[in-house]
Amino acid sequence: MSEREQLLLPIADDELVLGWRNSEWTGIAPFLEEDVAFSSIAQNEIGHARALYQLVAEELGTTADELAFDRSPDEYRHSHLVELRLVPDWARTIARHVLYEEADAKRIAALKASDDVEVAGLAAKIDREEAYHRMHAGMWRERLQGEPRFAEALEELRPLLDEPGTTEFAELWEEMTMVRRSVAGATW
Amino acid sequence: MVTEAQVWDALAEIADPEIPVISLVELGVVRDVEVENGRVRVGFTPTFLGCPALEVMRDQMAAKVRELGAEPEIEVIADDSWSTDRITPEGREKLRDAGFAPPAPRGSAAPQLVQLQRGTFRCPYCGSTDTKLENIFGPTPCRSLRYCSSCRQPFEQFKTI
Repeated sequence: MSEREQLLLPIADDELVLGWRNSEWTGIAPFLEEDVAFSSIAQNEIGHARALYQLVAEELGTTADELAFDRSPDEYRHSHLVELRLVPDWARTIARHVLYEEADAKRIAALKASDDVEVAGLAAKIDREEAYHRMHAGMWRERLQGEPRFAEALEELRPLLDEPGTTEFAELWEEMTMVRRSVAGATW
Repeated sequence: MVTEAQVWDALAEIADPEIPVISLVELGVVRDVEVENGRVRVGFTPTFLGCPALEVMRDQMAAKVRELGAEPEIEVIADDSWSTDRITPEGREKLRDAGFAPPAPRGSAAPQLVQLQRGTFRCPYCGSTDTKLENIFGPTPCRSLRYCSSCRQPFEQFKTI
């Protein structure tokens, strides 16, 4: 496995899977502003996944779409945290958002210092967009501070950041890849 | 023989697919143009990585170069070279005229929530600075939503990135 693959695939998988989960709030978030926010964040995360897959794909002689959708579920390297289906639990959704953005900020900062100029450049670009995700997560962390459900959710979910994805991901994978698998040989 | 200036002029005719009042050149996404032996290479920097208009922009640039009788090569450069500071002064005015408040200049660090909440943002309709942040996010990744308390009009504010 190449260095880029090792470094970037887990991040790309996290962003794809979390983007997918966040998009599940589209149309049903507790209020309109959050409907817009979660949809927009989801769109950004999937955009980041695509750009990261692209860097790996160039090295492997494949495409971003093939990496995103043509692997088997057990080949994905996302964390347990991002694969959970949390709709309609808003407290746990915000807890995940806060935990993920904190961890992601550290990871992106490390990538910005990479010797691989393409990786460092992309990380800096991603970071510009993530600044708005962090603002949003910070705003909610403040708003829900002291709420028991939120505190419990943080405790429950924090350890999952460092755990690998589980076999439960297979169900989401089915949904994510359904369209692509339904048309043999199609290019998107 | 196509010249670089002709290519820039042709690219300046392409409207942004989502906000057609501004051209791709005014948006600052065309980083450089090189012409060599009938081939034209255009360096193109995406705005937001998840922007669905990126493919459309790329295809439109390729089509424009072909119209000039040259073979296009559009190189997508996903690095840190685009920021909202690259939108030209003319582009900013056109955005404002169309009801989009142009992005504030970027400081040395990423913008903070407190700046969005307390900073001065001018309503593109009436010019008042009595406006407040409604939502960090908006209808597309590049915009936030604000409300003008003076003319009682919600408006879209370009994010600074």
